[in-house]
Amino acid sequence: MSFFLQQVVNALQLGSVYALIAVGYSMVYGVLMLFNFAHGDVFMVGAYLSFFISTGLLALGTMGVIALPSGVMLGLVLVLTLLIAMFLNSFVGMAVERIGYRPLREAPRASAAITGLMIGIILETGNLILLGAQRRKFSDDLISIGAQPFQLAGASITPKTIGIVLVSILLMLILHLFVRRSRWGMAMRAMAYDYVVVPLMGVPINTIALLTFGLGSALAAAGGISYGLAYIVLDPYMGVRFGWKSFVAAILGGRGSVLGVGLAGFLLGFIEIFVAAFLPSTLRDLIAFSIVLLILTFRPHGFFGEPYSAQLRL
Amino acid sequence: MRRSDLFRFIALLLIGAFLVGACGPATAKTIKIGVNAPLTGDIPKVGEGTKYAAEMWLEDIGGELEVGGKKYKVELVIEDNESKAESAVAAATKLITQDEVLIMIGPQASKQAVPAGGKANELETPMISPWSTNPNTTLNRPWVFRACFLDPFQGPVVANFVTEEFGFTKAGVLYDIGSDYPKGLAEFFKQAWEKLHGAGSVVAYESFSTGDVDFSAQLTKIKDSGAEFLFTPQYYNEVALIVKQAHQLGWDKPIVGSDSWGSAELMNLCGDDCKGLFFSTHYAAAGATGATKEFIDRYKAKYGYVPDDVGALTWDAMRIAQKAIQNCGKITGDIKADRKCVRDALAKIKDFDGITGKMTFTEEGDPIKCAVIVKISDSGEFEFYKQACP
Repeated sequence: MSFFLQQVVNALQLGSVYALIAVGYSMVYGVLMLFNFAHGDVFMVGAYLSFFISTGLLALGTMGVIALPSGVMLGLVLVLTLLIAMFLNSFVGMAVERIGYRPLREAPRASAAITGLMIGIILETGNLILLGAQRRKFSDDLISIGAQPFQLAGASITPKTIGIVLVSILLMLILHLFVRRSRWGMAMRAMAYDYVVVPLMGVPINTIALLTFGLGSALAAAGGISYGLAYIVLDPYMGVRFGWKSFVAAILGGRGSVLGVGLAGFLLGFIEIFVAAFLPSTLRDLIAFSIVLLILTFRPHGFFGEPYSAQLRL
Repeated sequence: MRRSDLFRFIALLLIGAFLVGACGPATAKTIKIGVNAPLTGDIPKVGEGTKYAAEMWLEDIGGELEVGGKKYKVELVIEDNESKAESAVAAATKLITQDEVLIMIGPQASKQAVPAGGKANELETPMISPWSTNPNTTLNRPWVFRACFLDPFQGPVVANFVTEEFGFTKAGVLYDIGSDYPKGLAEFFKQAWEKLHGAGSVVAYESFSTGDVDFSAQLTKIKDSGAEFLFTPQYYNEVALIVKQAHQLGWDKPIVGSDSWGSAELMNLCGDDCKGLFFSTHYAAAGATGATKEFIDRYKAKYGYVPDDVGALTWDAMRIAQKAIQNCGKITGDIKADRKCVRDALAKIKDFDGITGKMTFTEEGDPIKCAVIVKISDSGEFEFYKQACP
């Protein structure tokens, strides 16, 4: 039982990072019908931004610019890092859309997909050149927040894991409400429904595209912080490895559905963890992704995806 | 008609290119030494250590070597293999065919050294891998040598050490199945451990794929299996992840590693979590004496940190190469003959006094030398703990 519970906790942590990244893939796919393959690297940029922001804030703290008790200080740094990184990273996402995708709005979708891959490589190698190949990690003070495990029914759980999972669920709920309740959200859903007619009705396509990229990238930045806290080591290629799996989660969740993709992210986490837990870990990826393939065979639009609109352009 | 003209044109071009290419190196007044290192990719610190040690050696000899009474300028050609197998082969091919190096140093990690060694052997160019401990690197490859001990030796060293030191009987293993070095070493360790404690004494034998960052499922399984310690022959960046995740999952038993742990970067990434752990390696910087200490001091003064085993082994590999070139006695300028001469000289080296120990090459091109067990001290230094000789 404790073994099972422990694996559930493990899966929740992994799944929450997948979910945060997958949302960005899915939203762009929903609204613009294109796979933003640069998104994994936008996630990487978000993680590095958080690294620099948190380091800067902590430095301000030690210089005495902000004088607070250390516990409060660290909590504040974490929250501020999250907010600032999400804010800044949304501009990174918007820049990707403005520079990379807008000029190709009428081009075949394949060109846009290739552009995404190229932007991804530019971001990776740009990072490599600017910061060098050395690995980075958040300050030890931040990583050790809530890292002391407590025992629950024989499972060892850290407050950090709970925090990461809760923040990820909270952010996805907020986004879900935004998409469902606000006028902007309505415009996004309308675009997802019909890509050609809706702009004719006066919905500004470029603005909506920017908004979609911005929101997705903000959540990716939150994913970056979670990753940095949970999996410690930041490197320029982290977005490729994690991004691909999140992309799978996005497809699994279905086009344009925030909650669907969130659930799919967790589902992918569960599949990966439980395959490794009960079968030889050697076969982990093979079996995990065969299951994904099987699901997609029977539900090609993912779990919650609406069937494609008339003008499928891919 | 047009078609055959085209063929003729191409044939002419090819002949021209061949002539130009062949003319170049005939007047060899310089000795080119290739370095195949992971400057970017998964283990950049290893690449940096390689580059620094090689450059320090070049500076040490003043940029020239005396062979058979004549002075030759020495040039290092350093290629990045991005810590990938295919790029290592590409880098080796470039160094050998395009740069026409006399001898190639590296690649370091077995994942790159095994395939690149195949290329070097095929193209009949001597290669010394300073750090690759997987037997396949030099197996049936007369042109490939190494400067370190082998995994079939290192596996039992760790198994014996843990048995003697802690008296444990149940082992857990976690390794990367997609990488030659961890996979090979995990297998040799398992063999050695089961020889000591009987079949089934490795109670958890878990793997992951290259690039994974979440090991929680496997670690939970290992914890649940009743293993008394964890052996994980991974590279430093993964070690930091594995050790931290294990501790967060409530694992409080020893974690033991192999020579791939010994990077100067390990403590930066791992921090307090790694203190007090043991690993087997080639040399221990803390408490070194003689030529080893001299090397460490010079390296530290120049680059600002204590060199790890990669740096030390690369230094030894460079000096072995130097010795072989000098023993060879003459540089003819015919790159094929010179390479053959250097290879033969390498195979004959006896009792080479390296900073990581005395070395004599076996038939396979592997040195016979000792290993040390290192303990990570509370100040984060790699301290000598024990020596283990074959």
